[in-house]
Amino acid sequence: MSETGSHDNVSDEKLPSAQENGHGTVATADDPFADPGMPPHEPRVQDVDERAAKRSERVVAMLFTASMLATVGFIASFVAIPVDKFVYIWPMGNIGALNFALGTTLGVALFCIGAGAVHWARTLMSDHELVDERHQVAAEPDTRAKVMEDFRQGAKESALGRRPLIRRTMFGALALVPLSGVVLLRDLGPLPEDKLEHTLWAKGKLLVNENTHEPLRPEDITVGSLTFAMPEGLDEHDEDFQKEIAKAALMLVRLEPEDIKDKRELDWSHEGIVAYSKICTHVGCPVSLYEQQTHHVLCPCHQSTFDLSDGARVIFGPAGHALPQLKISVNNDGFLEAQGDFEEPVGPAYWERRA
Amino acid sequence: MKKLSARRRHPLAALVVLLFALAATGGLYAAFAPAGEAKAEQASSQSLAIEEGKKLYATGCSSCHGTGGQGTSDGPSLVGVGSAAVDFQVGTGRMPAQQPGAQVPEKKKIYSQDEINQLAAYVASLGSGPVTPTKDQYDPNGADIANGGQLFRTNCAQCHNFTGEGGALTHGKYAPGLEDVTPKHIYEAMQTGPQNMPSFPDKVMPEKDKRDIAAYLKTVNSKDSKQPGGYKLGGLGPVAEGLFAWIFGLGALIVVAVWVAARTAKARKS
Repeated sequence: MSETGSHDNVSDEKLPSAQENGHGTVATADDPFADPGMPPHEPRVQDVDERAAKRSERVVAMLFTASMLATVGFIASFVAIPVDKFVYIWPMGNIGALNFALGTTLGVALFCIGAGAVHWARTLMSDHELVDERHQVAAEPDTRAKVMEDFRQGAKESALGRRPLIRRTMFGALALVPLSGVVLLRDLGPLPEDKLEHTLWAKGKLLVNENTHEPLRPEDITVGSLTFAMPEGLDEHDEDFQKEIAKAALMLVRLEPEDIKDKRELDWSHEGIVAYSKICTHVGCPVSLYEQQTHHVLCPCHQSTFDLSDGARVIFGPAGHALPQLKISVNNDGFLEAQGDFEEPVGPAYWERRA
Repeated sequence: MKKLSARRRHPLAALVVLLFALAATGGLYAAFAPAGEAKAEQASSQSLAIEEGKKLYATGCSSCHGTGGQGTSDGPSLVGVGSAAVDFQVGTGRMPAQQPGAQVPEKKKIYSQDEINQLAAYVASLGSGPVTPTKDQYDPNGADIANGGQLFRTNCAQCHNFTGEGGALTHGKYAPGLEDVTPKHIYEAMQTGPQNMPSFPDKVMPEKDKRDIAAYLKTVNSKDSKQPGGYKLGGLGPVAEGLFAWIFGLGALIVVAVWVAARTAKARKS
């Protein structure tokens, strides 16, 4: 453009309001929101200079060729590189050579196709701006009249308005038929019944160490240690192992009895050993980030914090109630055993949960 | 000589002088000590180590842990923590602590291994506790890595992340990352439960299991651990990976989209 001076020097016919736009509509000076139309078309370098166009063509062809080479490289890597070969690549470290080669070559192959197409479209394909007028949404008045006429005739011929018995029974049938689908939903599974309220723990069940699968003795659990236990009889190969351990998971810590502030907690402990559910009462994450000096347990999901020395009271975070405690004691053989199930459902609250 | 005299007020000068003095005392003792039976010599070298350790302790540790290891308001009692705790705390540079705070961080270790052994011998003499493990107790070679992985996920991953990258705890405390922590220190940490970490005594987690865990960590989180899938992005799990994809992946796509729709170079009208 040749406009270099300030607006004062521009003659009136060059100002936007007076300027003719690309498609011939003239905006009047009265209308402040007039459609300014399209800016005038400017040719690109490639439109006027055939040598530049040739260069662009070569760049596009080069990108497509690079893509072909990368695909060949992909196939060659797949054939040649063994799965267990590792290479050191900064800053990624020791990584699998095959996956790295496959990812890089496929990435280059796809990127070059896209880049070539974009470069082609931007530099060589026609870039003349086009205006595509929208169609009117409403149909022609004749068509609309015809449709209404057809509808009225159909309604009259079916006699739907004149025979209410048919009309009402038809609506009744149509309204009822989806109920079959709703009833079928009942087959999605058995009702939960009271399964949420009970775990595998029961009176006399031994506390089994999750690491060694041996029953635990009180002397195994020292102050400052953390032990995970599962109920006796639960086997990792059981079909319902995951379902059961998800409810019965238990953590055991030993506190100095004089450190226990909650009276019920002390009553339910054995020589300072307390057993708590490992399932957070907020949304059921496994909560076992135990700090042995503060006796706090932190949930990694939403930072609910429980104080194990005070009845696992919630001291921070969104959890609604304390972690359920399992009442434990020692049997005649000197092994730790449960004195019953948890007295309340473990894990998060639900509608029918009591208390 | 001038250089030496200029540094005589350096905070470590006293320590250096003390070390020289100790070395000289030890050397003189060794030179003049009567050579007896092998067994007696071992016993005397043990008591010598305790003696030396006591001196080191008096200089470096007693201000917080008390003159007899009984503990003060600034530091816990060391009676019964055992030699493994000393080897871990001093060997990873956590002790002597720099300043009080939520957690004492790992730093460059100050004492040599010989001095650590002497300190450990002294602290172990205060009351029995976990003993520094020997190499065949923690050597990860030949251990069951898969079992170690399962144990790690059950007992450790809740704080240290499933590949030992570490994580946050409450009130400024944190579970440190375990990359390139030596198998010995991993083993000792499980034995002794340093700071807020709970301990995992042999009754609860047998020696072999500890060794398996050390082997698992060496496999998944050390300088030579292999990443079959490529860049691990800190190994922090799906949240970090998803954030990376959303911010950098989609960010790059938006930049490209803006560039694609940008005006191309126009030929200037001449």
